[in-house]
Amino acid sequence: MPDFITLHVNGMTCEAKASATATLADVLREELGLTGTKILCNEGECGACTVLINGRPMLSCMMLAADVQGKEILTIEGLADPHTGDLHPIQKAFVELSGMQCGVCTPGMILSAKALLDGNPSPSEDDVRKALSGNLCRCGNYRRITECVLTAAEKMKTEAKHE
Amino acid sequence: MALQNYFSPKTVEEAISLLSQYGDQARVISGGTDFLVQMKRKEPLSNYLISLGGIHELNYIRHDEAKGLRIGALTPIGDIAGSPLVCRQFSILAQAAGMLGTPAIRNQATLGGNLCNAAPSADTAPPLLVLGAKAKIAGAGGERIVPIDNFFVGPGQTILERSHMLIEIQIPDLQPHSGGAYLKQKRREGADIAVVGVAALVVMEREILKDVRIALGAVAPTPVRARKAEGILRGKKLDLQLLEETCWAACDESMPIDDIRGSADYRRKLVAALTKRAVTQAVLQEQRE
Repeated sequence: MPDFITLHVNGMTCEAKASATATLADVLREELGLTGTKILCNEGECGACTVLINGRPMLSCMMLAADVQGKEILTIEGLADPHTGDLHPIQKAFVELSGMQCGVCTPGMILSAKALLDGNPSPSEDDVRKALSGNLCRCGNYRRITECVLTAAEKMKTEAKHE
Repeated sequence: MALQNYFSPKTVEEAISLLSQYGDQARVISGGTDFLVQMKRKEPLSNYLISLGGIHELNYIRHDEAKGLRIGALTPIGDIAGSPLVCRQFSILAQAAGMLGTPAIRNQATLGGNLCNAAPSADTAPPLLVLGAKAKIAGAGGERIVPIDNFFVGPGQTILERSHMLIEIQIPDLQPHSGGAYLKQKRREGADIAVVGVAALVVMEREILKDVRIALGAVAPTPVRARKAEGILRGKKLDLQLLEETCWAACDESMPIDDIRGSADYRRKLVAALTKRAVTQAVLQEQRE
């Protein structure tokens, strides 16, 4: 007998089939088709499956889907502006400055970076490195990734001033 | 395991009633970061899962002069690491919390989960041992408070009975002229379990070490105090010779094993090296205050 849980993902309420031991990563990918969330090490070491739960980065492969019912889940699919479709400034920086090589770590990197910039709009390079210390990039693109986040932070500050 | 065997109590009362009913056959989790690793390794599953993460009344960091610091068992590790109060007055605990896992793990993992999982390497345990912390435990018969020294029984084992739960950690205020440090040897910056962890707390009276406490992680079946090592320094003036003796005493008190993170021999040497550094840093921290 399958059971259903209710999740709030990217501003929408979804019903999904899940057993008590189903991880959030599996439910996002297999039941909701949100394959932007990557499963890589599947044991909490690499950060590829990072999503934001109530605004905080967490590992979707290391949590039960049943445990996040009632919380706001943000995946990489929910990051672009829902009205205009414009990419988030961090996503734009990754595209413009080649923040990704193979791209598998990218969704997790961008979401960890978003949580950082939401709390600290003017991070130092060290702040960025610390915030991304749980996200591994096997292509070794760390220097550019850090640059992307710092560039996005500058852009976001400038945009905020113009508004 | 179908979802009907999953429980998510919202209050301590509800949790204790579930534990009394299903405790023998239930796995209790909070943040879930240790449980999911075990589950994925195909370790046998319990019939029931009791997930405590929804008990918001146990998520707090409070301080008052009478009772000292009190942290709810379901407080995320990251909140402890980032708490200005903990950083200022109990910096050794904030340091250790900030070294556990990665930023994402620290948002999920809780203080109670780290302690109840009872890994010998649990990062929050050595600081709590030297800080003289106490654990508040609730059960059907009421509440009781035990020193954290008595909380751990063996790898993965605590004194908690099946129908009991850890609800709060209490830490008395530090004496004046205290300094502390937690040092952790790991293989990479993020996400690694301690190869060895050492916490040191000193209370100075001019140049005399009025009190010294040293606790070791990942080198015995439970996190442990190195009491012989402490005795060598207590009441003395710090000098290099005594510090050397202390380090080798701590090393003798450790009982490490060989595993993928390091050999027993390497761990013993690390105990000596880290004890020396931790005591020195604790003294320096006191001097800076």
